[in-house]
Amino acid sequence: MADEKYETHEYDVIVIGAGGAGLRAAIEASAQGVRTALICKSLLGKAHTVMAEGGIAAALGNVYPEDNWQVHFRDTMRGGKMLNNWRMAQLHAQEAPARVVELEAWGALFDRTKDGRILQRDFGGHRYARLAHVGDRTGLEMIRTLQQHAVHKGIDVFMECTIVRLLKEGERACGAFGYWRETGRFVVFKAKAVVLATGGIGKAWKITSNSWEYTGDGHALAYGVGADLIDMEFVQFHPTGMVWPPSVRGILVTEGVRGDGGTLKNALGERFMFNYIPEFFRAETAETEAEADGWYTDKKKNRRTPDLLPRDEVARAIVAEIKAGRGSPHGGVFLDIASRRDPETIKRRLPSMYHQFKELADVDITKQPMEVGPTCHYAMGGVRVDADTTAATVPGLFAAGEVAGGMHGANRLGGNSLSDLVVFGRRAGLYAAEYAKRSPGSFTVDAGQLGAIARECLEPFERGGDENPYTVHRDLQECMQILVGIIRNEGELKKALEELAVLRERQGRVRVAGNRQYNPGWHLAMDLHSMLTVSEAVARAALERKESRGAHTREDYPRMDPTFGKVNVVVRRVGDAMSVSQEPLPQMPDDLRRLFEESK
Amino acid sequence: MADVTVRVWRGNAQGGAFHEYRVPVEEGMVVLDVLHRIQAIHANDLALRWNCKAGKCGSCGAEVNGHPRLTCMTRMNIFTPGETITVAPMKTFPIIKDLVTDVSFNFQVAKKIPAFQSRPPDAPDGSWRMMQEDIDRVQEFRKCIECFLCQNVCHVIRDHEGKKQHFAGPRFFVRLAELEMHPLDTGTRTGLVKEFAGIGLCNITKCCTEVCPEHIRITDNAIIPLKERVVDEHYDPVVWLLRKVLGKR
Amino acid sequence: MAIEAVKHAGDRGAAPTALRKDAWWVQPALTVLGLGAFIVYSTWAAFQNAYYYADPYLSPFYSPCVAANCQHLTVQLVGSWWTWSPAFLILWAPGVFRLTCYYYRKAYYRSFWWAPPACAMPDARRGYDGETSFPLVFQNIHRYTFYLAVLFIVILTWDAILALRFPDGFGVGVGTLVLWVNVVLLALYTFSCHSCRHLCGGHVDIFSRAPFRYRIWHRLSMLNERHALFAWLSLTSVGLADLYVRLVAMGILRDVRLL
Repeated sequence: MADEKYETHEYDVIVIGAGGAGLRAAIEASAQGVRTALICKSLLGKAHTVMAEGGIAAALGNVYPEDNWQVHFRDTMRGGKMLNNWRMAQLHAQEAPARVVELEAWGALFDRTKDGRILQRDFGGHRYARLAHVGDRTGLEMIRTLQQHAVHKGIDVFMECTIVRLLKEGERACGAFGYWRETGRFVVFKAKAVVLATGGIGKAWKITSNSWEYTGDGHALAYGVGADLIDMEFVQFHPTGMVWPPSVRGILVTEGVRGDGGTLKNALGERFMFNYIPEFFRAETAETEAEADGWYTDKKKNRRTPDLLPRDEVARAIVAEIKAGRGSPHGGVFLDIASRRDPETIKRRLPSMYHQFKELADVDITKQPMEVGPTCHYAMGGVRVDADTTAATVPGLFAAGEVAGGMHGANRLGGNSLSDLVVFGRRAGLYAAEYAKRSPGSFTVDAGQLGAIARECLEPFERGGDENPYTVHRDLQECMQILVGIIRNEGELKKALEELAVLRERQGRVRVAGNRQYNPGWHLAMDLHSMLTVSEAVARAALERKESRGAHTREDYPRMDPTFGKVNVVVRRVGDAMSVSQEPLPQMPDDLRRLFEESK
Repeated sequence: MADVTVRVWRGNAQGGAFHEYRVPVEEGMVVLDVLHRIQAIHANDLALRWNCKAGKCGSCGAEVNGHPRLTCMTRMNIFTPGETITVAPMKTFPIIKDLVTDVSFNFQVAKKIPAFQSRPPDAPDGSWRMMQEDIDRVQEFRKCIECFLCQNVCHVIRDHEGKKQHFAGPRFFVRLAELEMHPLDTGTRTGLVKEFAGIGLCNITKCCTEVCPEHIRITDNAIIPLKERVVDEHYDPVVWLLRKVLGKR
Repeated sequence: MAIEAVKHAGDRGAAPTALRKDAWWVQPALTVLGLGAFIVYSTWAAFQNAYYYADPYLSPFYSPCVAANCQHLTVQLVGSWWTWSPAFLILWAPGVFRLTCYYYRKAYYRSFWWAPPACAMPDARRGYDGETSFPLVFQNIHRYTFYLAVLFIVILTWDAILALRFPDGFGVGVGTLVLWVNVVLLALYTFSCHSCRHLCGGHVDIFSRAPFRYRIWHRLSMLNERHALFAWLSLTSVGLADLYVRLVAMGILRDVRLL
């Protein structure tokens, strides 16, 4: 038994990642009475969910009683340019309200309406004010609530523990291999079911709102054991990230600024979004500034402001304005709330934006406009899962949250990710626990498999390479930013694939200094493996989809193509090569399809 | 822009020393950017924690020129040009490596605080009714990003290691105040605040409030109101007498 | 790369300590000077047992004047057996209010006790029990000293009203203004007290069910944010008010009639 030499833990369910989805999955799994472990790369409560600002979308109908799950479902599907997995979008819209109320039952305190209910705010692509929120720190409220609820549930938490590979017995996933950041020692988890909740991939881009953790680990782990990834070409660039000073470039500016009345302007002071209303949304979007401004208070008489078109539309419009030479001094556009709301309202509704600009950019957002530009924010694509159970295509493997694909189609609406986390986090925990209960007692982990992974991890210490992991990472970010950014074309994507091959080869020569104890250089060297894998998947999928849809924009194919509207691009590992194929979308039943006809 | 000289404490539980580095600084940079540059250029293995780099996750606390701060929110332009900047790990927690400390004390305390327990729902649909004025006070506490700078600066545990057994620290007074004043919570925790959390050890010298990056008024709004609630239950002689005379409560 | 050896703090091989290079000692030094000056002056003034009444002004250090030997009796509670300065009969009350005040506690724990002298600077002493044992556990009686302090606000307001009554009828002198400013600042300090804030509404968990207490609490909270400022302003004003009355009574200063 060679696996004896590694610290080994045995559980029914392990959850990898402790953001909103991971915490919710772990809570649910342990509530089902199975032994559950929660494994996270950072300290508990630091996951990327804390950075979510604007709110959690749920058709509670507290502000607009007309709102219901059908309207939310329709908004989500249209925002995703009809490429979403309809069943996921349906479950999401149906279950989100209950999940929000559940957070309140666990101690969350959302902002209130005058009659004491949960207040909801406007956001891009949502027909009604729908986002339950806490100022502009909703993600913090959510993760803290889940964390404080989870600590009393007997879940074992492994903090600062990074998983590098999943383990398999035959065809099914049966555990994970990782290391403790603190000591650099390896650790093996044997588990009947594995839930991936590792979040996104944004750290492969240079300008990003994502933290160091977002290296696509879950995508790469699933890919590594042969699971399907879908929709990888859809990477959301949030239209409003900070652009100045350089060191904070990419830090998120919440869509709540626009939800609360802020408006985008170019260097000439024009509200340019009125010039970028696409045909697809024309019927539901305001045409004049007066109508747009009226919409904030009266949604029946007025149509939605184009400032709150879905994120893909707004990001493209900003890029076009900058390209046309109407950008702000530091290469963004202006986001103005100072001239539209009084200082007290701004500080009350957007405290952390106020704080962030004041402290990091010397800008007082109650007096001056912000400078903003697109920043890599969210991966719509991810592990292909069964809508109801979140099961991946590899038995024993489940995925929820950003790492899972399908829910958001070609573009995610703001606010839908926090609700996605809790709706599908809960489902992942539930069905992983059920799967674990049905699974036979014990299994063996192949010792040779473990030894090979460990050797691979330790290579950067031993080989006589000449590459610095930080330099390789920087070059990867440059490559993805320039060649696989918001606007793409075939030539650049092919060039990106060539560069990625070179980077892959350079990664093989990375050498790290020091020892295994808390060594970020070494950690990065291992994360590079994940980032290179997902980068390649994104580039290949983007090359395959020869149309423009949602977050995926091709200069050489600028229109939506109905034939591509019927397929997902699927990436999977075949042998040691990455295969790309087109597979048909699941078909929506007629009663749901009717929702889209009625509204025309 | 010019180069800056930074002294970074490097070492582990066995000991360590300040290492001096020179790195170029550009407009708008924060201390964390400087540390990242050191990591990328001079010392790939420089250990530090960070996540969001926007003051929202509370991972990157350290002592910059002796002041506990989030390095991601400490702009380089607050220092006089040419000044050597010293960055050391948080002092109250055991060193793991370089700027990374073992903050598990905080997670242990968190585990010992009894969970939130809500009253039954107010409406048939399972929801509650709360007014904004009911929650304003508690929302301030829930801004806490758990950076643990308040725990680090609090002299009760910073200078008196043994008190860690008897004292929860400012972060958890904020948490306890949050539960105490939560409009839905039904638990009473004044006994816990006095005994387990050891609020009497706090001498309200307010350093926790001074270092809080979220500007939570920890002392005035959380600790002192808790002290007053403890007085209600345990120290007020008139209340005590009334209880004796009228029977319990 | 220069490497500099560092001594490690004892048992944990811990990080270096006390790295502050700024003038951290200024704040505690100012506090010592300020509080020290007041203590010296007020003790001297209390011992003087004279020149505390200059018609119609009574020094706040001697108000209420309750002993038979008073120059200006407020109400007699103590017989002629008391021969010391009547200030001692009453000064202890505002004294303990300030002594147990949450703000002054911070100020003197830092500047006199050095526990700690400034943030992230080490405590001066090894042992530490906070406010858990005798005598500091008595800090918990602060609310009772607050009740006393409220009584003094009533009495000093009465004095300020009396300061409008000159031998020739109604009038306003500089001294009248001095006494009024003093009592207003003292009231701001007293009612911005943390105990007051708790007693008037802070103890409520669900404010919407106690709207009156919520409104009071809300206002007091705004005052409370400036409690330290009011503490210093009122400490200064009470000292200056005594000094003014004293100088007038000694004939060094002439009170100017304004009305």
